Amino acid sequence: MKSLQGTWAIGWNTFTELVRMKVFYFLLIFALLIIGNSAFVAKFSFQEQFQMLKDISLGAMSVFSSILAILATANFLPKDIEDRTIYTILAKPVPRFSYLLGKLAGILLLLALSILLMTGLFLAVLWLREHNVLSETRAQLAGGSAEELAAALKEVTDSTFNTNLFPGIAIIFAKSALLASLTLFLSTFASSGLFAILMAIAIYFIGHLQSTAREFWMAGGDVHWWSRLLASLVALLFPDLQAFNFVDNVIAGVAIPTGLFLQTMALGGIYVAVYFFLAAIVFAGREL
Amino acid sequence: MRRVMKARRSLAVLLLAGFGAALLPLQVHLSAEAKVANLRQGALNLDLRERIGQMGFLAALSGFRSPLAAFLWIEVHTAWENTEWGRMAGLFDTVTTLQPRSLLYWDMAAWHMAYNASVAVMQDEKQPSEALRIRAQRQYFELGRDLLERGIRNNPDKYQLYLQLGVLLRDKFEDHCGAAEAFMRASEFPDAPPYCRRFAGYEMAKCAGRERESYELLKKLYLEGDKQRLPTLINVLRDMEKKLDIPAPERVENP
Repeated sequence: MKSLQGTWAIGWNTFTELVRMKVFYFLLIFALLIIGNSAFVAKFSFQEQFQMLKDISLGAMSVFSSILAILATANFLPKDIEDRTIYTILAKPVPRFSYLLGKLAGILLLLALSILLMTGLFLAVLWLREHNVLSETRAQLAGGSAEELAAALKEVTDSTFNTNLFPGIAIIFAKSALLASLTLFLSTFASSGLFAILMAIAIYFIGHLQSTAREFWMAGGDVHWWSRLLASLVALLFPDLQAFNFVDNVIAGVAIPTGLFLQTMALGGIYVAVYFFLAAIVFAGREL
Repeated sequence: MRRVMKARRSLAVLLLAGFGAALLPLQVHLSAEAKVANLRQGALNLDLRERIGQMGFLAALSGFRSPLAAFLWIEVHTAWENTEWGRMAGLFDTVTTLQPRSLLYWDMAAWHMAYNASVAVMQDEKQPSEALRIRAQRQYFELGRDLLERGIRNNPDKYQLYLQLGVLLRDKFEDHCGAAEAFMRASEFPDAPPYCRRFAGYEMAKCAGRERESYELLKKLYLEGDKQRLPTLINVLRDMEKKLDIPAPERVENP
């Protein structure tokens, strides 16, 4: 129980430390991007406006949460070692495992809050745009039949909000949580924050090609042994980030089946647990 | 201590590979399920790499296809304002490759090519040869058709592009048999609007050899009730009755 309290204290402290670092300023950029976008695309048809608003907002959400996960996590361990704060914490009866878990919990809290805020902002802009278009449509079809008006309004509402957006956003969170846990693992043996950031970014790109490498490896075929060896290493050592890449299709209106959504979230959870476990093993033996 | 650290790092890498192997079946299963649910995008090719540049290709590979498509769509609009039809055609190819599941991009791209570009080249004062203007116009019709057909191949589960293909074949190609087929395919979807079947009937009436089928379909629609008894439907039905020499007692009554 005491260990859990200690973990929570470290987690909360990590979260407040990140908030004090003014990381939420990126939300201003996000707001500018989506509000500016909706002003800029006013000359497009409403279907195009909504499509682009969703494309840019969810794309930006995915980029910002991934960057935040990597940058916020990569600096913690090296910074705590440099500032010597880690010695103060670990001198108390706090196991290294709890220390790492607290750090990860704080970062996950920050990611969840950031994604919630971005989602709120995005939905508010989408709702306002929808509201404007609906008012315009009502005014334009004021003299028409009720059936015609209802069909036109339905076309507007169909192209704005759909409930599939929520599973898509939840999967963005799962992907950023995975990246945070992965970066934490890298930072346990990294000599500097920069090294961990560069490694995480490289893995981010390789991870998006992991499924291609896996399919190549598993398909067999008449290829050089070293090509297959390379593909197998990529498939085994790197996370499959394409598995979390549903946003493009969700924007296009494709629904994520519940089973697939739950399994993808579970895969995200497994990756987070695996990287955290490995981070704990390396960190337990690290000379401080 | 360093030796311990090294041993732990090696253990971590081994465990990572072990976990990777254990997760393979789940990854393969999820990938297959995503493909079934149309949630797995097609592979990007080197042709796209040439069109969007290295940075764009990297962004597309990293899961940022949709924002990239949105930015390129803004470029499409600029090209449209400058009536750069050739550039628009190239951009449409790129945008639809990046976001093949977005019906809007296919639909708008086909509309721009078949309805806007085709009219613009026909009115091109810089081209004195009418034959060449007609040829250019036909090429833009074909581009529109190609975009819709590719859109359908990427979205076989949606009626909208079949409907647009029917309209294009009817209005620009005067291919009534093809249009009837496309409208019929659209009407088979449960969420398709009821006019898809009417449109199919009208086009079948103009397709040699399918007059009887058209008559039967339109009569069936007529018998469904007032909602389907539109002036065009009644007129086409009457024409078919005359053409097929339907006996008077079998003909529809005057509404």
